[in-house]
Amino acid sequence: MKQERDQTHLLEMYRLMRLARSLDERMWQLNRQGKAPFVISCQGHEAAQVGAALALRAGHDWVVPYYRDLGVVLTMGMTPREVMLALMAKAEDPNSGGRQMPAHYSHRKLNIVSHSSPTGTQVPHAVGIGLAAQMRGDDIVVWTAYGEGTSSQGDVHEAMNLAGVMKLPVIFFCENNGYAISVPQRKQMGVENVADRAAGYGFPGVVVDGTNVLEVHEATMAAVERARRGDGPTLIEAKCVRLTAHSSDDNDRTYRTAEDLKAMKAQDPVVKFETYLTSEGILDDATKTKILNEIKEAVNDATKYAEAAPLPDPATVKRYVFAE
Amino acid sequence: MAELNLLEAINQAIDEAMAADERVYIIGEDVGYRGGVFRVTDGLINKYGEKRVIDSPLAESIIVGSSIGAALYGMRPIAEMQFADFIFPAFNQILSEAARMRYRSNNEWNVPMVIRAPYGGGIHGALYHSQSIEAFFTHIPGLKVVAPSTPYDAKALLLASIADPDPVLFLEHKKCYRLIKGYVPDAPYTVRIGEADVVREGDDISVIAYGLMRHYAVEAAETLASEGISVEVVDLRTLTPLDKTTVLNSVKKTGKALIVYEDNEFCGYGAEIAALIAQEAFEYLDGPVQRLGGLDIPAMPYSAPLENEFMPTPQKIADRLRDLAAF
Ligand SMILES: Cc1ncc(C[n+]2csc(CCOP(=O)(O)OP(=O)(O)O)c2C)c(N)n1
Ligand SMILES: [Mg+2]
Repeated sequence: MKQERDQTHLLEMYRLMRLARSLDERMWQLNRQGKAPFVISCQGHEAAQVGAALALRAGHDWVVPYYRDLGVVLTMGMTPREVMLALMAKAEDPNSGGRQMPAHYSHRKLNIVSHSSPTGTQVPHAVGIGLAAQMRGDDIVVWTAYGEGTSSQGDVHEAMNLAGVMKLPVIFFCENNGYAISVPQRKQMGVENVADRAAGYGFPGVVVDGTNVLEVHEATMAAVERARRGDGPTLIEAKCVRLTAHSSDDNDRTYRTAEDLKAMKAQDPVVKFETYLTSEGILDDATKTKILNEIKEAVNDATKYAEAAPLPDPATVKRYVFAE
Repeated sequence: MAELNLLEAINQAIDEAMAADERVYIIGEDVGYRGGVFRVTDGLINKYGEKRVIDSPLAESIIVGSSIGAALYGMRPIAEMQFADFIFPAFNQILSEAARMRYRSNNEWNVPMVIRAPYGGGIHGALYHSQSIEAFFTHIPGLKVVAPSTPYDAKALLLASIADPDPVLFLEHKKCYRLIKGYVPDAPYTVRIGEADVVREGDDISVIAYGLMRHYAVEAAETLASEGISVEVVDLRTLTPLDKTTVLNSVKKTGKALIVYEDNEFCGYGAEIAALIAQEAFEYLDGPVQRLGGLDIPAMPYSAPLENEFMPTPQKIADRLRDLAAF
């Protein structure tokens, strides 16, 4: 029984990672076809995102993500249709009704908090949510994410400091892909690991292989338990790879060599997990085909649905500056 | 009815809000046992405990940023900036986050939060403890800016700000804290955000002011009354959303307008009022719309004669009114 449960869990991990990858790839196709002006990718971060998000209680815990976190929002319950509605800036998009750029996730019913474009501003919000939950005695955990470049922002440090002082139930999740657009980590910080900084704020910092979904999941489970016990925050640094350019407006060949990219591709988290599941006999050909077919159908459905959905009415442009 | 100063009225409003609503809490530097450096939160920690009166680390962006998060979770935070001059580390959180949350989420999220900020000069606070900051913040759609000048208005407007479903920047003039006293009813009463007040009626000139300048304008108006010039004084009380009707009605009646504010004059808040009058009351005007603001130097210097030179004073206001009356 337990083994069966574990297998179901592992296959769910795989499905979510594959779904994130497939949706992401479709977005790039739509971008190339001129149907989506902007794409920013989760590719290379899927293991980190799905591994972390599956450690949370969907609909109960709170998530304060950043623009790469497609794998996170899908795991928390956002549907492919909702993702595609945002990509195409349609009225029905639950993230922002087409007001924000794609990948600026928000879904109130799923406790996914709206974030913006200035990097790092979301991290204090996560801490405030943790503070409010602590005040109320709610047993929620707040999970927030950002890149290693963003870890240089003052807001991230101010947030970790308050969380450390007040022992707030917050998980700081740094998805370190080695680059902030073109700037490599060595120009970003004087430490080897972002996680080393947690010591300066009085809580544990953990480094995990962000291309290994099981390792990320285990580390996040531990952080979740710690937070729920009332022992305070954890900083998890997931070492990821960024398999695409920063965004559809970037050309990473101006700062990354073909060899660099090849080395990163060898770390592709989706391929790695697939290989692992196959070699363990958990994923056979029939199961894999079934999962991939279902995903393809979901992505096709989402694309069609979003393409047909109406754009926002210009008459709504002045709405919701304040409560109405 | 009790006679309170501005500071006591604000303290009373916070106290009442905290007693009435568990969701209301205070966060800021030294707001706990010290009761704030101006003593606005005096006694509240003893009443409500450390959980609801939070001495924060010395970092303004997290004071505001964490308050945004808590507001999203359903709390009603009151974030105190120790001095308005030190709000700028939190500017990004206010501009990019608090003020845009509702709009950018298409009405899914909102930030019911109050940021209290003691501002203004004339207290020997020099460049970094005297500033008026409203021009930066009234430019931001999605943020309300309230600047009461009397204990009566302050108490009611703070309660209204706490109850408001959107973020409010609540400006408290430091010189008014203890200087300005007034009667505050014991029974509940309301002053709505977005309503100006004609605090002195007159026929010849309208002065539009707020904060300490409202009191200076009344002083100047009294001086001019003895010279046979009748001055109307409008206290805006709320800067955004602006009560255009009250401003325009006053100017349409008097035909002349002087806008007085303490901030640097250039691109200051008064420029918007001048533009409003020029655009919407042009045919009623008997003279040029005038502004009197602080000097356009980086900020208010410390030494008394220099500080006095910076500030609009009742005399400077009276002089400008005489000129305008003679026009
Ligand atoms: C305050 C601010 N400065 C600059 C930018 C432009 N910008 C967007 S993403 C980015 C790099 C972020 O890198 P990192 O935090 O490592 O995240 P990654 O994209 O690598 O996941 C920059 C410079 C911004 N959005 N906000
Ligand atoms: Mg990065």
